[in-house]
Amino acid sequence: MTTTIHTNPVEPFLRSERMPHIWCPGCGIGTSVNSFARALTDANLDLQNVAIVSGIGCTGRVAGYMNLDSFHTTHGRAIPFATGLKLANPKLNVVVYSGDGDLFAIGGNHLIHAARRNVDIKVVCVNNLIYAMTGGQTAPTTPGSVITSTNPYGTYDPSFNLPYLVEAAGAVYVARWTTFHVRQLARSMQEMFKKKGFAFIEVISPCPTLYQRRNKMGDGLDTMKFYKEVSKIKNGAPTSEVAMSKAGEIVVGKFVDRERADYRDLMHDRLTEVLGDQYVEAEACECSI
Amino acid sequence: MHADPAGVLTGTHFLDGDHACCEGALAAGARFSSGYPITPSTEVVERFAARVPKIGGTFIQMEDELAASIALQGAVWGGAKAFTVTSGPGFSLMMEHIGLAVMTETPCVFVNVQRGGPSTGLPTLPAQGDMMQARWGSHGDYEIIALCPNSPQESFDLTIKAFNLAEKYRVPVFVMLDEVVGHMTEKVVIPPADQIEVEPRRYTTIPPGQFLAYKAKDDLVPDMPRTGEGYNVHVTGLTHDERGYPDMKPAQQDKLVKRLVDKIRKNADKIILYEEDQIDGADVVVVSYGITSRVAQRAIDLAREKGVKVGKFRLITAWPFPEKKLAEIASKVKALVVAELNLGQMVREVERAAAGKATVRFVGHAGGSVHRPEDILQAIMEVAR
Amino acid sequence: MAKGKVEIVVERCKACGFCVEFCPTKVLALSSAFNSKGYHTPYMVHPEKCSGCDLCGMYCPDFAIFGYKPAAPTKDAAAPAAGVAATAASEEAQDAR
Repeated sequence: MTTTIHTNPVEPFLRSERMPHIWCPGCGIGTSVNSFARALTDANLDLQNVAIVSGIGCTGRVAGYMNLDSFHTTHGRAIPFATGLKLANPKLNVVVYSGDGDLFAIGGNHLIHAARRNVDIKVVCVNNLIYAMTGGQTAPTTPGSVITSTNPYGTYDPSFNLPYLVEAAGAVYVARWTTFHVRQLARSMQEMFKKKGFAFIEVISPCPTLYQRRNKMGDGLDTMKFYKEVSKIKNGAPTSEVAMSKAGEIVVGKFVDRERADYRDLMHDRLTEVLGDQYVEAEACECSI
Repeated sequence: MHADPAGVLTGTHFLDGDHACCEGALAAGARFSSGYPITPSTEVVERFAARVPKIGGTFIQMEDELAASIALQGAVWGGAKAFTVTSGPGFSLMMEHIGLAVMTETPCVFVNVQRGGPSTGLPTLPAQGDMMQARWGSHGDYEIIALCPNSPQESFDLTIKAFNLAEKYRVPVFVMLDEVVGHMTEKVVIPPADQIEVEPRRYTTIPPGQFLAYKAKDDLVPDMPRTGEGYNVHVTGLTHDERGYPDMKPAQQDKLVKRLVDKIRKNADKIILYEEDQIDGADVVVVSYGITSRVAQRAIDLAREKGVKVGKFRLITAWPFPEKKLAEIASKVKALVVAELNLGQMVREVERAAAGKATVRFVGHAGGSVHRPEDILQAIMEVAR
Repeated sequence: MAKGKVEIVVERCKACGFCVEFCPTKVLALSSAFNSKGYHTPYMVHPEKCSGCDLCGMYCPDFAIFGYKPAAPTKDAAAPAAGVAATAASEEAQDAR
């Protein structure tokens, strides 16, 4: 009698002893992690060389739950940490997995500079349109006008169009999916791993406990159905036209896929040109030092 | 182990403190720096940017000190010895990440070439006003190590020491220069690489799967795992258990934070460095550090010429503070004169250690110019009476 | 005979309803049973319709469910306690009525 073991494809990527996780019922972060796990498998990456760096927030907790070299850093600063990690150890595949507030408010400056430099890191931004972990405050992505804990009478801040911002800053790969688009998201993530340079995927996700609940938009499932209903796949759409609003169309797809020399190549080329034989390329660091 | 010769500029040089500090970092094995320009520290990384491409390493000028202070920590976990350099305003910005380095036990070096503060202050003029900040600037309970060179030669030597202490105790270590030490040019002798001891990173020999990333060894310091070798480390600023996983119960907080503090406090005797001269039989001992100690020496010499029995006590490590030694001195002398380029920082530690057993007389001002020998001499003469 | 089967890790489920909604053949429903946290967990109400596509697993934010095809082994090496389904060849033979 033979026994075949069937494992949940996501399980080998999880720190199973830490389950169940802290995310709320209907939160989409876990769903995005399924796509991430699927992408890691399908991309045939050597998992020893995959490092995940998170900031602070609900999405920031992803690093703690994944069975990879993982770094849970400070609020907004996952990207510069990832930059140092990648430059010191170029053989690593460095993924930044963090939230909209972390990456675009406090971390906004670091994001635009890493994109400008085209540092070879892969950024997954789970955008739940709110600061969730701290109880539902307005984020730079919160569309107007909705109720948040710091805008109890409704928001009036204009909000960022993330793909537009990231493309302008210089990213070579920009895509947006929602947590409804599990397969497309997995495929995008897989593409992203193969892309050299600063690659960015925005994942629109419910925050049923705070964003949706305070605005009487239903629960996580209602939001997933909403995504299904209002999303339009427009690959190649101009990023200037993909801004989100409270109840309007959500444009998803792959918007930008272009080639630019990544930061290490730029550095290497310049130093080689000027120093010739004198240039000693930084090795992936010797562990005995 | 010996220094990697590639980073050692053996020979006799005429360098300023900033440049000598850079050479010290290279000799210690630093191969990554992330920096941000700020007077009077910028020369350290400018030199590093010029030197390291010929040695094998990376310099990246980040967009601000927040980025610089964490990029270097990413590089450490990538396997490099890494540091950054700053002055007051940048130091203030780096505080959160100093806490991260403490909590994650990331070995790294922060150089502060102190200038007049607070705020933008005096960018091109000296002060020693960040001494307490180095110790207490980040939030929470923690201990760090801070070294105070008083010459370009010491800027070289103590920067190597800083890297070695950082690796040994897995803690951020501060090299507290000031603008005068940073910009004064003196002879610096750099020995051959085989005469320079460097501390290798304490990587674990335990294989992945069996290794607990934050389980301390007998010296209260855990060995480090390597990224990219299957250890699947988890490094977090949250209070964590021996696996590195978040564990935010009060009992775990107590256990972890006590150990982080104890690993310095209980090893203090092995870390503390000072220079003393003619303490035995002294009536007055002058306590100073950094550039002020150079002026203090002159004042001490003048006082001795006048027949006063003056001893010298120079802090080489300001933190951990040599409280036992100072307590012992206080019980034997009449007075301690503390000279520093601020309105009273390390003097508080001296007062605390002295516990009233000796008069403590402070000589200082708000920065901008070094002490005049006569200011310190006057204080010595007054307390000697 | 169903091509697929579903395995549920009851204690991880938070009854969000994604699996029930997005199963293409509407195999699942939330049961009246509940786990230790009080969540009504899903069960296969139409097991014969399961294709083992694992869309439920892809959607589940809590890693509490996955679908598989018993005839085909999955790729993954390690088999931790949770999220594992073991099928014996003899069981399969019995199922093939």
